[in-house]
Amino acid sequence: MLRRNIIELRNLTKSYNDTVVVDAINLLIRENEFITLLGPSGCGKTTTLRMIGGFEDPNDGDIFFEGTRINNVPPYKRNINTVFQKYALFTHMNVYENIAFGLRIKKVPNDEMKKRVQRMLKLVDLEGFEKRHVDSLSGGQQQRVAIARALVNEPKVLLLDEPLGALDLKLRKEMQIELMDMQKNVGITFIYVTHDQEEALTMSDTVVVMNNGVIQQVGSPVDIYNEPENRFVADFIGESNILEGIMHEDFLVSFSGRKFRCVDKGFSKDEPVDVVIRPEDIDVTSPEDADLQGVVSSVVFKGVHYEMLVESGDFEYMIQSTDMQPVGAGIGLKFGPEDIHVMKRGSDNEK
Amino acid sequence: MVGKIIKRTYMGLIFLFLYMPILVLIVFSFNESKSRGHWGGFTLKWYGELFRDPDITKALYYTFLVAFLSSLIATVIGTISAIGIHNMGLLGKKVILNVNYLPVLNPDIVTGVALMTLFISMNMRLGFTTMLISHVVFNIPYVILSVLPKLRQMNRHMAEAALDLGATPFYAMRKVIIPEIMPGVITGALMAFTLSVDDFVISFFNTGSGVTNLSIIIFSMARRGIKPSINALSTLMLITVVILLLIINKRSTKGDELIP
Amino acid sequence: MKNKSKYLAYPYVIWMAIFIVIPLVLVLYYSFTSGNIHDPGSLKFSVESYGKFFDSLYLNIIIKSFWLAFLSTVLCLLFGYPVAFIISRAKMKHRGLLLLFFLVPIWMNFLLRTYAWMAILSPNGFLNRVLEMIGLPTLAIMPGQKAVVLGMVYNFLPFMVLPIYTVLAKIDKNVLEAAMDLGANGLITFVRVILPQTIPGIVSGVTMVFMPAVSTFVISRLLGGGKELLIGNLIEQQFTVHRDWHFGSALSIILMVMILISMAVMSKVDAGNEQGGAALW
Repeated sequence: MLRRNIIELRNLTKSYNDTVVVDAINLLIRENEFITLLGPSGCGKTTTLRMIGGFEDPNDGDIFFEGTRINNVPPYKRNINTVFQKYALFTHMNVYENIAFGLRIKKVPNDEMKKRVQRMLKLVDLEGFEKRHVDSLSGGQQQRVAIARALVNEPKVLLLDEPLGALDLKLRKEMQIELMDMQKNVGITFIYVTHDQEEALTMSDTVVVMNNGVIQQVGSPVDIYNEPENRFVADFIGESNILEGIMHEDFLVSFSGRKFRCVDKGFSKDEPVDVVIRPEDIDVTSPEDADLQGVVSSVVFKGVHYEMLVESGDFEYMIQSTDMQPVGAGIGLKFGPEDIHVMKRGSDNEK
Repeated sequence: MVGKIIKRTYMGLIFLFLYMPILVLIVFSFNESKSRGHWGGFTLKWYGELFRDPDITKALYYTFLVAFLSSLIATVIGTISAIGIHNMGLLGKKVILNVNYLPVLNPDIVTGVALMTLFISMNMRLGFTTMLISHVVFNIPYVILSVLPKLRQMNRHMAEAALDLGATPFYAMRKVIIPEIMPGVITGALMAFTLSVDDFVISFFNTGSGVTNLSIIIFSMARRGIKPSINALSTLMLITVVILLLIINKRSTKGDELIP
Repeated sequence: MKNKSKYLAYPYVIWMAIFIVIPLVLVLYYSFTSGNIHDPGSLKFSVESYGKFFDSLYLNIIIKSFWLAFLSTVLCLLFGYPVAFIISRAKMKHRGLLLLFFLVPIWMNFLLRTYAWMAILSPNGFLNRVLEMIGLPTLAIMPGQKAVVLGMVYNFLPFMVLPIYTVLAKIDKNVLEAAMDLGANGLITFVRVILPQTIPGIVSGVTMVFMPAVSTFVISRLLGGGKELLIGNLIEQQFTVHRDWHFGSALSIILMVMILISMAVMSKVDAGNEQGGAALW
């Protein structure tokens, strides 16, 4: 399945008063892709999105849309639409007029406009709400109007800036599913910004992890989770035990004073590395037949599992297991070669 | 870029329009010659004359005395009434607020002549008392209108919590309610004071017996020919206003709250 | 607590009855009577005072008052809207200061400001002296209608700018970006999004300028030089010079009613905007 690139960011840079917010990033976005920019607040994800939308001018670098440079194209001439963080609905208009806004500007004939608005209302499940004042809608409904208002213009790319941030947990989960369905139905590219890693992993085809204005890793949710490229990604996505280790040769790493078999290769001899072990990948066993021994220092019940902190040597492992061990118990930790992820030691990424 | 130049030029012209009359007054306050169009050399004599002129000093005295007393009385009555209105039923509240709005919405001249009609019908001699009452009448609504929003913002249960903790209603009002609504009270008091200092129309109809204020004396002088000491007075007033506003602006980032 | 503290408002209810309601009732009463006001027995019902409006002299004055006030309001809107717009779009740290300096003049005494324009515009005033110096012909603006309108615009401009600014400053930046995002250029964004959202500000600005302008007697007296009588001057004269309280009261009632009507019309505009924003398109 070969998909064309629709947007390309080349060396894109933005700074405010000497503070670099987006630092020379390069990114290819394919047609029909659900791509998420993920990172902590201030990582430059929203700024990147706003540059694509045309609301911020890059200081350096280029944005290409279907092969054409669009740096100097104003937002109202880009075939890209945005769903804003707090919806930014026009409070002086009703639902119908909000959705019809873009069509009226394009002077779409009345009949067609009506049809297209109706289709959108159906898509976002708001039929019968045409005459309602937007202030009288719930947060979730306002959200849908904002999406319909953008999608009715049939953009090739939809930008979504933390669109679910203002909704409560349950509604957020529902809207996640709905947004994914919508993206499949309309078949256009969604560029989604969020700081919620779970949301990113759930919804996206591709996740772009950003920090300090720099792209840390681009990959599928599975790759990002299982094969974090550096300490930041490992730390930001899910819970992790991150240890310092030495890569002796291909498939052999040492940490916590022991050598382990692993599945990673391609490092130079005796290179210092970071090692990641996910808490759910560590099995609790009796101390005798384990790789490492430790003492439980705390136990918290989390619903599906217990979260235990286990002191072993000078490191405190986090373990998620259904097998509860009391505080003070001496236990064994066991993990296989495929549970060990070896990463290059970051130079400036652990900021 | 072009837009920026147009904006700057436009704002420049507007500010010129706003400040030119004031600058002209200031310049002529240092003019030796009595004529408004002729420059006769630099002098400070009008500033000296200003404070020797019995008409002007008397008007200044009454202006500030009335402003001080009327804003004080209006703030006390207004604050207490606002608390009462806040706790009234829907209908009573609506009626009172609408009547309270009348002096704000009515043209000053109607409020002025209506009060004058009342005072004369009651055989009251127009003078200091009638002027003071008329100022209190138009000041109270402003105090109420700036205190009420603060009462609405206040947590409904705050007073109840105070009572629950053993406070008497009077104690709760003094220690809980009043401090909570203080910003609104101060805004109202400042508004009342400035409106009173600036008032002309209502004072004009409701004073007599030689009691005047600044506006009235300027009005009568403007028709007969102004004394240059009025120019000096303008200069001093402008300086006072600018200093006060800068202090207020410095003290609170929400400075615009104090501007009516 | 709730039930008891409402009594705190009762003294003010009495106060309002005496100093707000009764005076207006008195004015209404005098407007419908004729006779000697100092001899209550001689007063009898009459609509004579209202009949005087159809006298072309008075009718013209009333029409002129509304016309000049209307003109000043339109001018204030035309000049004030851009000011409010520019201030609301200025950098945050400059905004407060710009607004402050815009408002300093209204903290100066109203009479002083008007007097200052006399000093500039009068036949031997500052403006004509400057014009003479640079060899230009002098202007006869004052006394006259131009000077009256200028005085109104000068004095009431801030009342137009302030409410419009308040509404403009509240418009979410994202909403403007959303309009651009949906294909609206600067002009369309202004006409379709900004302007409709500022209508409440415009309505209160127009009210706040029109009201004092239509009822003023100071500006017309000082800058119109006694020739340009407005309804305010007419009322003032009935109470101070002619002692015809009946006619003065009738004039006051007419002024109030006309202002109420204009305010009702304005609030219709405001309410109409709420529902059918598209109708304007």
